Amino acid sequence: MNEQAIKDLLYKLADDQLILGHRNSEWTGFGPILEEDIAFSSMAQDKIGHSLAFYTLLQELGEADPDTVAFTRNANQFHNSQLVELPNGEYDFSLIRHFMYDNAEIIRFEMLSQSSYEPIAKVATKLKGEVKYHVLHANTWIKNLGSSTEEAILRLQSALNEALPYALGMFEKSKYEQELIDAGVYAGEEAVKAEWLKRIQVVLEKTDLKLPDLTSINPKFGGRYGEHTEYLQPLLDEMAEVFKIDPTAEW
Amino acid sequence: MYGGGNVFEATKFDDLQTEDPAKLAEFEARIARGEKIEPTDWMPELYRKQLIRMIEQHAHSEIIGALPEGTWITRAPGFRRKMAQMAKVQDEVGHAQLLYSAAETLGKSREQMLTDLINGKSKYSNVFNYPAFTWADSNIISWLIDAGAIVNQMANAKGSYGPYSRALERICAEEAFHLKYGHDAVVHMATGTPKQREMIQAALNRWWPPIMTFFGPSDKMSTHTETLMRWKVKMASNDECRQQFLDMYVPKIWELGLTVPDPKLKKNQETGQWEYTEPDWDEFKRVINGDGPCNTERLAVRRTAEERGAWVRRALLNPKAKYVKPLA
Repeated sequence: MNEQAIKDLLYKLADDQLILGHRNSEWTGFGPILEEDIAFSSMAQDKIGHSLAFYTLLQELGEADPDTVAFTRNANQFHNSQLVELPNGEYDFSLIRHFMYDNAEIIRFEMLSQSSYEPIAKVATKLKGEVKYHVLHANTWIKNLGSSTEEAILRLQSALNEALPYALGMFEKSKYEQELIDAGVYAGEEAVKAEWLKRIQVVLEKTDLKLPDLTSINPKFGGRYGEHTEYLQPLLDEMAEVFKIDPTAEW
Repeated sequence: MYGGGNVFEATKFDDLQTEDPAKLAEFEARIARGEKIEPTDWMPELYRKQLIRMIEQHAHSEIIGALPEGTWITRAPGFRRKMAQMAKVQDEVGHAQLLYSAAETLGKSREQMLTDLINGKSKYSNVFNYPAFTWADSNIISWLIDAGAIVNQMANAKGSYGPYSRALERICAEEAFHLKYGHDAVVHMATGTPKQREMIQAALNRWWPPIMTFFGPSDKMSTHTETLMRWKVKMASNDECRQQFLDMYVPKIWELGLTVPDPKLKKNQETGQWEYTEPDWDEFKRVINGDGPCNTERLAVRRTAEERGAWVRRALLNPKAKYVKPLA
């Protein structure tokens, strides 16, 4: 198996989770109700823990240690989708992003748990149980709020419209896509996307929200190749603010 | 995290005269026997009021206390600290949730308590009106403010009100982990590079005066305090808590080679009591009444969170549902 292809996949997985975990953690102390404050903080801890598991696999493949990789790279070296780096905005946007991201994440984890590449299969098998709860949380809230007040429905619909091009950007193909599929690492982004659409539709049908016509939408690609929005570099600068005071120090 | 100080001011004890003497005597006898008072039990109005006030202030202290450390979640250096800092601050918010529920058993809704916090009508622990300038400040808070909170909360966990006392037992168990986390972080700083040592000493210098006021001013013994102590609402005097804290933590601070910024601080071997420079109580009063470095900012953050989240709470509200206070 081409090691570069595996590394590319691992970076994509790890970076998505680190950056979304970081964004989720920004809700600590600011949630619309205490229970959501706590829930977003829990998911943040899981996401960042998951990213650490994938960075650890990268280290085993000869990359630098997880702290160095996470805390010292610049935005153009990150492989996360642009969806996860966007600012939290209001709770409506954070919730929609969480719903779209985690419904894709669980499919990826399910596929990867069957992967021919054993180290990934092991990690994915271990972690998918946690992601299941993230999906449950997102779907429950979308169903509740998506069929509640007119105000909530309008807010969520506009957040959905805004997030969708970025959400589709999650499925940007890697340059090793065919190789990964042929080697049985996972079924590839097209397959993840097709399953994702089915699953989010099932939830949205139980609400007053509508998925816009996908044919008219240009996905926001680039993230997987280091092209990011203006929001990622400031996030990384903030994350590394203390670490960079002395990267050799034990904090 | 909560230190207790300044909770019981401005209470009118005349209210007690309107209570049924027989019920009051039975209530006091139950407490004297070490029984817990439960939400549906008879209790004097004054007991109810004081407890609501105390538990509510404690809950507010947890969510406001999440803010100075919370600002360091996104900047925590390295995976280990990042994850621990998140978990730690999340615990504090969880404590607020537990405590609001405990206070609700006495008849005041969470929404009303949060409204009173934003209005400035109810208080929270004064130390959180001071800023956490650096990562090291956040470490000092995790270690020493949580240590202070444990001293106070361990005492209050033996109090007479069942739901509060049970909530505190759970909270103390978690705070014990915070203390270990805070201590570990401070040890790394104090035994680290010269820059780290300088950062942690500077943070200790900034935080020592607020820490000394954490337990509140010396209690003046009055009928008022006596009654609250007899009712097991107030379990230890502010000075007792402060002495216990100094006894437990000053040696640990010295052990790390750090200097406590108070030249008068020493233990009097004859009395067994710590002597120290009297904290600036005028500043304490000024800050508690709104004129501290971060009062406006802390409340503004809370107000913004409430306003921005209002549509979610409205959407969750079922117009047919009726408010029922929880049992515990």
